Amino acid sequence: MRRGFGLLGRGIVEQKALFAISAVGSVLFGAMTVADAWVLGWATDHVIRPSFERGEVVQGALWTAVGLFLGVATLRALGVIARRLIGGIVYYRLVATYRRKVTRQYLALPMSWHHRHPTGQLLSNANADVEAAWAVFMPLPMAVGVVAMLAAALVAMVEADWVLTIVGLVVFPALFGINVFYQRWLSPRVAHAQALRGDVSAVAHESFDGALVVKSLGREAEETERFTRATHELRDANIAVGRIRSIFDPLLEALPNLGVLLVLVLGVGRVASGAAEPGDVVQVAYLFTVVAFPVRAIGWVLGELPRSVVGWDRVDNVLQATGSMAYGDGTVPGTGAVDLRLRGVAHRFDDAEHDVLQGVDLHVPRGSVTALVGATGSGKSTLTTLLSRLVDPRLGSVEVDGLDLRTLDHGALAGTVAVVPQGTFLFDDSVRENVTLGLDVPDEEVWEALRTVQADGFVARLADGLDTQLGERGTTLSGGQRQRLALARALVRRPRLLVMDDATSAVDPEVEQRILRALAERTSDGSGPTVLVVAYRKATISLADEVVLLDGGRVAERGTHEELLRRSSVYRDLVDAYDQAREASA
Amino acid sequence: MSSDTTLPGVTPVRATGSQIVRRGLALSPAIRDGLWLTLLLAVLSTVGGSVVPVVIQRTIDSGLGDGGTTSLSAIGPYLLGALVLVLLTAVVAYWMRVRLFVASERGLAELRVTAFRHVHDLSMLTQNAERRGALVSRVTSDVDQVSLFLQFTGITIVLSIGQMLVATIIMAFYSWQLTIVVWVCFLPLAVSLKFFAGRLSRAYDTVRRTVGEMLAVVAEPVVGASVVKAHAIEERTQQRVDDGIQRNLDANVRAQKLVAVTFASAGLAGGLANAGAIAAGVVIGVAGGLSMGTVIAFAFLVGLLVGPAQMATQVLTEAQNAIASWRRVIELLDTPADVVDPGPDGLALPDEVLGARFEGVGFAYPGGPEVLSDVDVVIEPRQRVAVVGETGSGKTTFAKLLTRLMDPTRGTVRLGDTDITQVAFDELRRHVLMVPQEGFLFDATLRENLRYGRRDASDEVLVAAVDDLGLADWFATLPRGLDTPVGQRGESLSAGERQLVALVRSALADPDFLVLDEATSAVDPQTELRATRALETLLEGRTSVTIAHRLTTAENADRVLVFDAGRLVEDGSHATLVDAGGVYARLHASWVAQASLGIAPVAD
Repeated sequence: MRRGFGLLGRGIVEQKALFAISAVGSVLFGAMTVADAWVLGWATDHVIRPSFERGEVVQGALWTAVGLFLGVATLRALGVIARRLIGGIVYYRLVATYRRKVTRQYLALPMSWHHRHPTGQLLSNANADVEAAWAVFMPLPMAVGVVAMLAAALVAMVEADWVLTIVGLVVFPALFGINVFYQRWLSPRVAHAQALRGDVSAVAHESFDGALVVKSLGREAEETERFTRATHELRDANIAVGRIRSIFDPLLEALPNLGVLLVLVLGVGRVASGAAEPGDVVQVAYLFTVVAFPVRAIGWVLGELPRSVVGWDRVDNVLQATGSMAYGDGTVPGTGAVDLRLRGVAHRFDDAEHDVLQGVDLHVPRGSVTALVGATGSGKSTLTTLLSRLVDPRLGSVEVDGLDLRTLDHGALAGTVAVVPQGTFLFDDSVRENVTLGLDVPDEEVWEALRTVQADGFVARLADGLDTQLGERGTTLSGGQRQRLALARALVRRPRLLVMDDATSAVDPEVEQRILRALAERTSDGSGPTVLVVAYRKATISLADEVVLLDGGRVAERGTHEELLRRSSVYRDLVDAYDQAREASA
Repeated sequence: MSSDTTLPGVTPVRATGSQIVRRGLALSPAIRDGLWLTLLLAVLSTVGGSVVPVVIQRTIDSGLGDGGTTSLSAIGPYLLGALVLVLLTAVVAYWMRVRLFVASERGLAELRVTAFRHVHDLSMLTQNAERRGALVSRVTSDVDQVSLFLQFTGITIVLSIGQMLVATIIMAFYSWQLTIVVWVCFLPLAVSLKFFAGRLSRAYDTVRRTVGEMLAVVAEPVVGASVVKAHAIEERTQQRVDDGIQRNLDANVRAQKLVAVTFASAGLAGGLANAGAIAAGVVIGVAGGLSMGTVIAFAFLVGLLVGPAQMATQVLTEAQNAIASWRRVIELLDTPADVVDPGPDGLALPDEVLGARFEGVGFAYPGGPEVLSDVDVVIEPRQRVAVVGETGSGKTTFAKLLTRLMDPTRGTVRLGDTDITQVAFDELRRHVLMVPQEGFLFDATLRENLRYGRRDASDEVLVAAVDDLGLADWFATLPRGLDTPVGQRGESLSAGERQLVALVRSALADPDFLVLDEATSAVDPQTELRATRALETLLEGRTSVTIAHRLTTAENADRVLVFDAGRLVEDGSHATLVDAGGVYARLHASWVAQASLGIAPVAD
């Protein structure tokens, strides 16, 4: 609870001016709600009763009452606008501010941090958790107004009659208490139902994604049964939530009505004994009917608070994470292909006991094409991630043209080395933007890069060419097409070292050959970058000037394809597997 | 997030909101049955609140208004009656809500399951991968929307109407003149309601759109983290994220303005009605037409109208959204299953290895040109056929027609001598099996995934199938054996391993006719070798049609079918076709040219 109030404090301080306006608006609303009851009481004693007693309309007082009613209603409307609009803005701004902070962290934190956290979790930290953390700010202004309203109501009641006040002192805290209890009881069950809703969605996603398997194996009935199980769990959880609501909502509605009846019972006696005016009874009764609903806001705040604290903890976890990749300020002089050298490089993943790379010394000469070969788990991919400093090696150094990567400025590094991974990420943007990534290059250069990676054909056939929108709401591309765009993205920046980690695995082998040959030609005529390519296919290897065999995180062999074939049985086994596969099927 | 657009292939339903609600209720009998009782209870449950003004009127008129000449005994019966009514109302309200929650949840669970089952019968599911997300949202978030509507928005509408109705009846009972005054005071609000409702609904549309766009850009620094860092485009990415967040913020604030104004104006109308009722009440009352208690009771009755008026615009907007969701679910259910299972009336297939026959077969997607035309071909039992052609040549369509993932728009496909559309699905699947390119696995253990092939297989049978395909050495590398969890979509296994599992699964299903879509993506050589050998074993003694991406596969087939621009253009053995000097010979030549590179090029 204390941490909950801490969170409220943090949000209020963050948006103090707007929150103050919404709080003032809400207090105005609260005060005017009580004033409304007071005006009715006043009108009863000064307009209605005198008029009826005298048998003629008390004109002056009547106009005053009309003016009071309209004035109070206008002020209350202003209060409502301030409370709902400004209060809403406070909430939306808090959510936006923290979404920005969280995404800034994502951009600043190093890849090693990203690797430790599942994607789904990071996405929900930036979305659902940020919203949950500040959700309490939705009912908060109302709750502030309600506190003012209750204070004003207390004053109004005390002024009217102390016996009727006691009824209020019983009914209002009871409303408040029941509502807190209600929200506390309900909240975890709603969260549970929400989780089950996620399960239902997961089953549907999986089942539809695997439709071809489901259909061809005739598993529709079993899949439906699986979906039915998840659906029924959700149904039962929702019904459980519904039962709780069914008890409390009518109870909370009945309570103020019972209060009014009690006020009437006691009020009759008080008026008869002369202790109270009829207007006082009317006023207190009316108060009960108008205050009853807003009082629930306090319950909403207190009910929401635990969920907000949980959301905030998750958000704060991201915000408190420290560490970022420190870049130097060096640049790589000159132009054209660079020379790459790894010296005594060792690396391991955070929680691993053994190094995936150990004592790797590797030299890729300027303007050469080198193929990196190795079995699954030999450390090939890890090595490529070191080259664009997605991670830094535990030991040793990576150098281009003799400069340690860690001394280079971030932009200089990105401009020098381009690593193209197997998995590609496309932005929800046009083809052009996906290739240039904001780099200011003319369309001819974009097309040239697309041509080199054999992507000009399919891009030209897209509905809007370079302007075609990709991503969730745009055109969907095949895996091979995506990989080719990722490759064009690297080429258009004219890197001086190009590293491909199985970057063409989904491209048809024939097309892949054309791409690799085009790249190799550019490198050998001096216009292209130095190339390091992780190779699976023998054809890729055949394009390389030199082959490096990684085995168990070490450089086991290096030389030309023929040399390695002669020298290394590991290499022979690895590379000949395709031939064996062909023979097996022959 | 529910999809706002229509789905190609789904029959659009043109119906008004109330027709949609009626049709939706008819689809969920659990909701419809007893709904009238629930609605009656809902109206009755507003009585408790409405009885208070009546008691106040009685109390005042029986003497309180005259300065306390009344006694408790005079109003006792009224108070007691009101007490009973308030308590009774609470019980009725509880009863009504439980009925509503239970009925709507049961009905919607049924609807969800029916829709889910129906989606699996739509060929769209296997034809159009991009639309799967939209189909998922129709059985999840769209149904959730309907449930929220029935339980909250819908009941708010019923309770509001009930409360306004009961309050108005009481008012009219007291004084028709004052009732008119009150309603005239609410008139401007009612008129502006339509104006606000339209704007509000547009504002919320914008909010939903910006949410979608924002979620996409917020994902960039997470899903695309390595790209962003490798290309040093942090600032640009942050700018995109900030812009997306800002647009969503602006849209929310705009919607919030409308909500605040509609809320405030309802309160304003309430104040106006109060002033009007009291002024007019006093004037009429003094003239002898009304009692003092009645005038005061009107203030309380006006209060009963303000709540519903405040909620009206929001409720109308939500109702529109919910009906749109309901419409989408109904559209889905109204889309006929295009590939129909003849069920128990279906023909059986002879218990032997079968061939297939295409007789003048053509296929076109609805409203499109034919993508496959005039295919006449006979595939002999136990023949090994390779299908070759470029993307869009019709070879995948050919394979899908063979497995009845779709039905031809022209001509007949026969298994043995039997028209494939006459064969019961169960029977068809015992004989014919499609093995897709990517070995799709379900998020479960290896055992459960293999059992997709044969549901009751014991562990011994599963392991034997693994051994039979020569995969025992690979299986031994799995630390947890059959208990190995494969992860979402099988992602804990490598792409090659997923293919192996798919092969074992197919072997367990034991069809006599296999239709294979060869994998194009490169996997590591050892696994590739294993897969090739396992596949070889699997194909033995069965008829097979393979969509070949490697010409080695074509080379080794008994027969090659070459497709080009939707037609079967060549048919023969590898050797004959190479000599014929046609499409296949050209493909083969490019392969020979690269043979020195040691790869098997692909004819895709």
